[in-house]
Amino acid sequence: MTVTMGGALNAALRDALAADDDVLVFGEDVGTLGGVFRITDGLTQQFGETRCFDTPLAESGIVGFAIGMCLTGFRPVVEMQFDAFAYPAFEQITSHVAKMRNRTSGRVGLPLVIRVPYAGGIGGVEHHCDSSEGYYAHTPGLKVVTPSDAADAYSLLREAIEDPDPVIFMEPKALYWSKQDIELPCKRPAFGKAKVRRDGDDVTLVTYGPSVPTALKAAEAAAEEGWSVEVVDLRTIVPFDDETVVESVRRTGRCVVVSEAQGFAGVAGEISARVTERCFHSLAAPVARVSGLPTPYPAPMLEKTYLPGVERILDAIARLQWDDQPDLTYAEVGARG
Amino acid sequence: MTAGLLPSPNPVQLIDPTGAEVEQAGTRRDYPVPSAARLREVWHAMVIGRRFDIQATALTKQGRLAVYPSSRGQEACQVGATLSITGDDWLFPTYRESMALVTRGIDPVEVLSLLRGDSHCGYDPIATRTAAQCTPLSTQLIHAAGAGYGEKRRGTDHVALAFIGDGATSEGDFHEALNFAAVFEAPTIFFVQNNKYAISVPLSKQTKAPSLAYKGIGYGVPAEQVDGNDPAAVLAVMDAALEHCRSGKGPFLIEAHTYRLDAHTNADDATRYRSDDEVTAWLERDPIARVEAWLRARGELGDDIVAATNAEAEAMAAQLRDRMNADPSVDPMSLFDNVFAQRTPQLEEARAMVAEEIQAEV
Repeated sequence: MTVTMGGALNAALRDALAADDDVLVFGEDVGTLGGVFRITDGLTQQFGETRCFDTPLAESGIVGFAIGMCLTGFRPVVEMQFDAFAYPAFEQITSHVAKMRNRTSGRVGLPLVIRVPYAGGIGGVEHHCDSSEGYYAHTPGLKVVTPSDAADAYSLLREAIEDPDPVIFMEPKALYWSKQDIELPCKRPAFGKAKVRRDGDDVTLVTYGPSVPTALKAAEAAAEEGWSVEVVDLRTIVPFDDETVVESVRRTGRCVVVSEAQGFAGVAGEISARVTERCFHSLAAPVARVSGLPTPYPAPMLEKTYLPGVERILDAIARLQWDDQPDLTYAEVGARG
Repeated sequence: MTAGLLPSPNPVQLIDPTGAEVEQAGTRRDYPVPSAARLREVWHAMVIGRRFDIQATALTKQGRLAVYPSSRGQEACQVGATLSITGDDWLFPTYRESMALVTRGIDPVEVLSLLRGDSHCGYDPIATRTAAQCTPLSTQLIHAAGAGYGEKRRGTDHVALAFIGDGATSEGDFHEALNFAAVFEAPTIFFVQNNKYAISVPLSKQTKAPSLAYKGIGYGVPAEQVDGNDPAAVLAVMDAALEHCRSGKGPFLIEAHTYRLDAHTNADDATRYRSDDEVTAWLERDPIARVEAWLRARGELGDDIVAATNAEAEAMAAQLRDRMNADPSVDPMSLFDNVFAQRTPQLEEARAMVAEEIQAEV
């Protein structure tokens, strides 16, 4: 059947609520309204207000309340509504959610899922399009998950809810309406397993979440130029699948990391460094990054300029023909990094 | 409705600093003086608690603790409130609640783990139903609201008792916690120990509210002010708060007026922001002395019990000294054990590196 990513997430929540009475869904607007993106649509109607409920509008409160409920054995799945709206909860997430197991020498785990619709491409106004995965991935103790299709969305969210540790579940909101023919329930590879979305021999594109369809389009276009491009979808940023990435880059000898978040000090930089450390002798060119610009996420009319698109990815692939262009300047190599 | 939320205009006091029972002038309800048996129990735990606090301060001077936030002078709050709840209720302490944890029955050495530096929390929070001591301000109040609500959902009448200081009432999480607890009718007691200073900043620069207890009104949370150096009043107000929570009426806020006799921590110089006269005045409101006087006047406490209790406190301190003077051994490999339930490949990688380093040193 044809399922949207949003529909798959809704099904995952529905099935998790049915499977375990201790699973609870709460946040701002998730009840009667079904969430601003309708991801929690119908859950209150089906399971009642004790299982899926609205809270006061306070993100720190939502996350902190969930921590307390974990102590009494519940498994909360909370919604942050939009990426930048989660920042008031940042202290609870980094100071408590991420550290509780460690602080208590393993005696208190927090089986808590924080759903964050993130990234842009939907014409949203300010504070509705941030790519905040880097903040979370940088914090030890948090798993960071980001699906790119409906099947992964379902499978990874079910796994997140069953995980004994806190999971930041980043939902690429531009892909909520993307469709896929699948049967639900479905089970895809577990956290920490990347998926090769397209095979190739010349260049590896490493990417995740909202940038996966763009990378696939770029690979398609590159094929017309005679370049065989492999696309690796990480699926989970933490844990990170070094193995799949390294295997691919050692074979292709070239790597471009694509992410919507701005490049400086971000996840893409981390991946580039890891690839360089592990694949140095296989690399025919420096690892390149194609990312969002080092500016705040722009007003919608400039979104297209900001977002890493097919052209920029193709450009980066062209720059990787390093051995043919030994005289590239620092600016030419690094400008888009 | 609003009238039911108003705290008494004056703090509830049942026993004055001389040990005499007082008329409850200016309070909105009658609070019975607790039984002599309960007051003797509180007196005993306060004597032990104070000795523990003094010993911990000494251990800091000897370099055994990185830092120690004393709560000397706040015994009535920490001991009184903690003894009022049962072992099934939850306690959410801050870094200053060491005395409350000792009263809770947690091994004093485990209480000091955080401050000695061998682990972030020496005791088992689930087994003791006592959360890890919290260093960020007010963040644990929301956890308490969530735990209180969780208990309610489980159908128990267990409550969550959360301590904070006066400064922490300015933090956003204080307000979110009161609001969440009120909306979800979570059985949570927010116990503010107003000890007059947030490190060096006096209450007058912290708030313009006539009382911290009044902050409950805006959230629909009933509150009470209490003389935080009167153990009898603390017990009586805690009893009322517990009855309120256990009967399903939601959260309760208590502002206890007390004083931190020592500096914020050993790293702080309290002479920069307060006078000796002020400290002396508070020394005269000693919570232990006043209950002792009340008990002695009624023949409930004699020199023999006082001597025996002091000896017990000295023995506890001596044992604590001995145990704290032994160097703790911490396994460096434990660094990697509790980041996640299962180690990620990245943790395994870092772990292998450290294992190799240790191997090379041997």
